[in-house]
Amino acid sequence: MPVSVSRRRTDGEFVKKVRELSGENLQLCYQCGMCSGSCPAASHMDFSPRQVIEMARLGLHEEIVDSKTVWVCATCLACAVACPRGFDLSRLMEAIRLLALRKRADHVRPEDIPVEDREELPQIAMVSGLRKFSG
Amino acid sequence: MQLAYYPGCTLKTKARNLEEPAVASLEALGFRLEEIDRWNCCGAVYSLADDDLIHQVAPVRNLIRVKEQGNDRVVILCSFCLNALKRANLLMKGDAEKRDTLNRFMDEELDYGGEVKVLHLLEVLRDEIGWENLAAKVEQPLRGLKLAPYYGCTLLRPREVAIDDVENPTVLQEFLGALGATPVFFPESTRCCGSYQVVSNPGDIPGYARDILSSAVMSGAEGLVLTCPLCDYDLGKGQDELVKKEGFKGMPLFYFTQLLALALGLNPGVAHFELNYGSPEAFLRERGLLS
Repeated sequence: MPVSVSRRRTDGEFVKKVRELSGENLQLCYQCGMCSGSCPAASHMDFSPRQVIEMARLGLHEEIVDSKTVWVCATCLACAVACPRGFDLSRLMEAIRLLALRKRADHVRPEDIPVEDREELPQIAMVSGLRKFSG
Repeated sequence: MQLAYYPGCTLKTKARNLEEPAVASLEALGFRLEEIDRWNCCGAVYSLADDDLIHQVAPVRNLIRVKEQGNDRVVILCSFCLNALKRANLLMKGDAEKRDTLNRFMDEELDYGGEVKVLHLLEVLRDEIGWENLAAKVEQPLRGLKLAPYYGCTLLRPREVAIDDVENPTVLQEFLGALGATPVFFPESTRCCGSYQVVSNPGDIPGYARDILSSAVMSGAEGLVLTCPLCDYDLGKGQDELVKKEGFKGMPLFYFTQLLALALGLNPGVAHFELNYGSPEAFLRERGLLS
């Protein structure tokens, strides 16, 4: 995927907001890939967890939000436990999701969930799913 | 001994087979669970954004209810609730600025600073009753049952709220050993079941279930032992789908509290095995543990 990297993007509003919302220092990552190796959802993703960190610090906002990766993450924290640098990737994933959700771009709406599933799903699934995927 | 108890929403409806055997078992062990008054939903997931304090109100309010009733600790059965409340408690303990903002927002409640100790039932069994004492109370040992303990995510991660070693937990193995069963280690015992992805990407869930269940089968397990109602749903529904479409040989799924009640010799009706996935009743009857 060819991308254009510029100071305007790496120092831009997206990187600043992601840093503020997540409270994480993106420069901690040295791209070892332990996060991708431990992620049980990696095979469902288009960009690996490791790539998402690199894309975030390059300021590739649209590319990340349009990808499946942040929406496939189940916040299981396997990456956070595996990271030798103490970087909590779950917070970065959340920050990227929220930047989209706070613009009223819901990823899942309650009415999209079939009625029979709504009746059957445990409450913790409904509440957590809608917390993560709607604004 | 009396223990303050926070049940959470799922246990009162979809996971009565997790709650009712726990309440009955603790009574048999000399504890009395006192459900806290006016509890509310914990929010299910802990808010990870630094500026999102409003979602901390729900879990913190529950902790305040525990304190209001004069308790200094609370026991929880649901893994999601445990994680949300433990993490909110750490926030209140460790972040003075956010604690102050939240306390000022909840001006009708007592000020709260993380004083309540949040415990999972397995911690009470391990640290307060002890495995030897528990084993001594077993009336019907689960002898010969090869069971794989499945921890999932929220009992163990993040590290600061883990009830056991994050990478090599043993608490469920020890618990099963005390009940007389044979715990079976399997490599995927802490791998995520797909969690709330069942809401947005339900088609992915059988794949998660296949990874976990086939690992348990290949390790020689005859049944899977769970703590979390969402793991139960994802693995149970996922397994049903695999059995139907791929001829997968299913296995019974148990909540750990059901096995506790069974081993303590309580009326099996209290365990509500009829609500489980994977036909545990037929399996237990075959083993002479259920009439």
